[in-house]
Amino acid sequence: MEVSLIINGKKLQVSVEPDEMLLTTLRGQGYFSTRRGCDTLNCGLCTVWLDGKTILSCSYPTYRAAGHEVTTLEGLADEAALLADCLAAEGADQCGYCTTGMMMSAMALRRQNPNPTDEEIKDFLVGNLCRCTGYESHLRGIRRYLEEVEA
Amino acid sequence: MSEALKARQHVGKSYKKVDAATILSGRAAYTEDFVPPHALVIKVLRSPHPMAKILDINATAALKLPGVEAVFTYKDVPKTRFTLAGQSYPEPSAYDSLILDQYVRYVGDAVALIVAKDEATALQAMKVVRVTYDVMEPVLDMRTALDHPTVIHPEDDLHYNMPVGGDPKRNLACSYSRVVGDIEGELAKCDYVVEDTYFDQATLQTAMETFRTFCTLDQFGRLVCTSSTQIPFHVRRHIARALEIPATKVRVIKPRIGGGFGSKQTACTELYAAFVTWTLKKPAVLIYDRHEANNCSTSRHAREWKIRLGATKDGIIQVIDMVAISDAGAYGTHAFTTFTAGEHKSVPLYNKGKAVRYESNIVYTNHMAGGAFRGYGATEALWPLECAVTKLAKKMGVDEIELRLKNLINVGERSQVYAPDEVLESGLLKEAIAKAKTMARWDERPHSWQIDETHRGGLGVALAFQGSGVANVDTASVEIKLQDDGYYTLYTGSTDMGTGANTILMQMACEVLGCPIDHMTCYEADTDVVPFDPGSYASSTTYVTGTAAKLAAEDLRAKLLKTFAMYLEVAEEDIDFDGVTARTKDGQKSMTTQELAPKLMVSFGHEAQQLVGFATWGSHTSPPPFMVGIAEVSVDTETGQVTPLDYYAVVDCGTVVNPKLAKVQAEGGIVQGIGMALTEEINYSSTGRLETNNLMRYKIPTRLDMGTLHVDFVESHEPTGAFGVKSIGEVVINTSCPAIQGAILNACGAELTTLPMISEKVFQALMAKE
Repeated sequence: MEVSLIINGKKLQVSVEPDEMLLTTLRGQGYFSTRRGCDTLNCGLCTVWLDGKTILSCSYPTYRAAGHEVTTLEGLADEAALLADCLAAEGADQCGYCTTGMMMSAMALRRQNPNPTDEEIKDFLVGNLCRCTGYESHLRGIRRYLEEVEA
Repeated sequence: MSEALKARQHVGKSYKKVDAATILSGRAAYTEDFVPPHALVIKVLRSPHPMAKILDINATAALKLPGVEAVFTYKDVPKTRFTLAGQSYPEPSAYDSLILDQYVRYVGDAVALIVAKDEATALQAMKVVRVTYDVMEPVLDMRTALDHPTVIHPEDDLHYNMPVGGDPKRNLACSYSRVVGDIEGELAKCDYVVEDTYFDQATLQTAMETFRTFCTLDQFGRLVCTSSTQIPFHVRRHIARALEIPATKVRVIKPRIGGGFGSKQTACTELYAAFVTWTLKKPAVLIYDRHEANNCSTSRHAREWKIRLGATKDGIIQVIDMVAISDAGAYGTHAFTTFTAGEHKSVPLYNKGKAVRYESNIVYTNHMAGGAFRGYGATEALWPLECAVTKLAKKMGVDEIELRLKNLINVGERSQVYAPDEVLESGLLKEAIAKAKTMARWDERPHSWQIDETHRGGLGVALAFQGSGVANVDTASVEIKLQDDGYYTLYTGSTDMGTGANTILMQMACEVLGCPIDHMTCYEADTDVVPFDPGSYASSTTYVTGTAAKLAAEDLRAKLLKTFAMYLEVAEEDIDFDGVTARTKDGQKSMTTQELAPKLMVSFGHEAQQLVGFATWGSHTSPPPFMVGIAEVSVDTETGQVTPLDYYAVVDCGTVVNPKLAKVQAEGGIVQGIGMALTEEINYSSTGRLETNNLMRYKIPTRLDMGTLHVDFVESHEPTGAFGVKSIGEVVINTSCPAIQGAILNACGAELTTLPMISEKVFQALMAKE
């Protein structure tokens, strides 16, 4: 079926299977920041925004995204680069495979709550699993990022 | 040493990882991002039975479906047995595997490879492949495996490269026993003896990127295998052996990978994709879903330990007696070496006694095979040892740390299980313990307290060793070239798994050359291009490959000085060279590498000669990094729920090359250990199916499950390693389980002996106490 999508502000006509999930469509279009880590909605690697709110693209049918604003990390280039740099400064990137999904959650959190407490950060990001870092460096990196955005 | 540290330009500095900007940008970096558009898709048809012989496979209907390219079965593959374990040749793991076998040995074992134009077609085809099995009685309990009527590996061509105490006809994959002194005699003389049985489960590494490989043919018809692997050179050798082709026909490339933790030290997907591409001469890709990654790879080895410790009333641990039964699972990948490595990294902590026994039968069962998982046997062995030391301290009525200090090995001393000429060459063990005590306020507060009406708090401690590389085996080569633009490229076969290995190798090489770090790039893990390295495992990269990098840089620096001397027409000792510019000491003449390099690429004037530094290095020893972990937990006495509050850790990994990356290694290891301790349960159904096969059922810690981590370092100087380095990657997972066990014991008196320590078990232990 033909679906009209708006990805990172760009209008796009794509041909998809009726049961195709947004993750598959996005990766097919070269948006590699979003990835599959599980089959059970547990890992958060596929996190993107739909109209500014985080969704798990692995389980969001592409046709339902028609007419909505889909945002991936690639569409937030400057802000994502700043957050990436803050995370890297704390060694929080590690393998990086889950990090881009976590970054989508962290950038969404800042829009909702520019001055979150540590507990609020952890609560908001709880659906983003990471096996490398032990999470503490995420917190340090996000704190650094929030301070830099503030400045 | 502090003076030397101050003088250092790069070692000890927290550089960002060289790949950070790319991997956090969404640009192509990982295996899947590079799959060619028309690659065939491989799906693996898997056994529903834990033990069966395949009588017939009928793929006629599948092959009629449009878009199905091939269905391969055991009849189609070469008959040379191999091991999937990533170890230097000759591997101590049994050659007990084929690409596809007539016997299937666990639920999920491979039956057939379905190759189609896309995933949907392959999955459709899988549904119509008809398999007839002769289903056999499975071996689902390692305690009944030895001499079970079902022989899991009945084949006559199973082969060992060396004696590892195996007897496959008895389901004995391998075995190990070391006895030093008279165990029973010494125990009889002890004033205090503790004894218990401890179990550790076959935890899953759970890298966020599952196993995946794609293969193509290059312009010469050679096989190019791009894979998420820790072991490109071992994979090349395995493919060559399994396909019965020369290794020169095979190239293995590792892009960035999404975590490994040992799981990718075993070749899970590479041989299937290689076989398909080599046979069909077409590109093909195989990507495991999470269910397959959990269910059809390798895990930590489950072990049941019977441990006895004996001490005399002066507080000396006289006897360490550890006898295990270990579950190899269906194949012997890493079965022998994980057990033996565990000895070298646990028992030496306490070396004052008279008798040691360390022993296990490692048996084949119809479970998923064990393999390599961060800690590699040490995590498993330190679990019973450290729990038993805590139990002994309680029995003797002494402080748990005091008992450990009294028995701790000192630098310069031997362990009963060390090689005859081996001693502990470095380590600030007592300093690390003192620092951890201060951080946790161990001496200033009770180790057991009431938090509120229903919660009790507790502190627990554990110590850990690990190794740094495999002594006398792991050997790395590093090459550094001065390129034609005057910049350097470092070539390594070690595989950065996200840990920052590439970055720290450059830090070490640039320290020698003197140049800024951005004057060097790193190219890694491509068997056609880089010199041999076993890969990244066994905590080897910083110590083994890092020392090779330092030596290669020294080699290149010497060549540079000689060449500059020739062009500047002075003696070498009259030159100051900072890695970029060579200046004569009289200040009269100078030349940069950018000016020099082009001259070396033409034959005008002097003879053309590209400058290359090269070194190969391996160590006679595997120096142990050391860690102290103190866990602080809260236990809900009404439900048994354990909540980690704080974790205090001090690590001695020798010289810290990159403090921020080392700290994150420690934090990540502690949390992976907390998962093993509290949440990561392995359940098999009565019919042998792994039920904890997705992230819903197999619960790795979230950021709300770990409490707060406090990590610090003490830096000893390891004389055998470049700049005094040892290792960090594995030791950091080893203390979590026993430290948390001790904290629960202190909090509420519940004594847990099986992992994970889930609330039901804690509650039952509390009930048993009452």
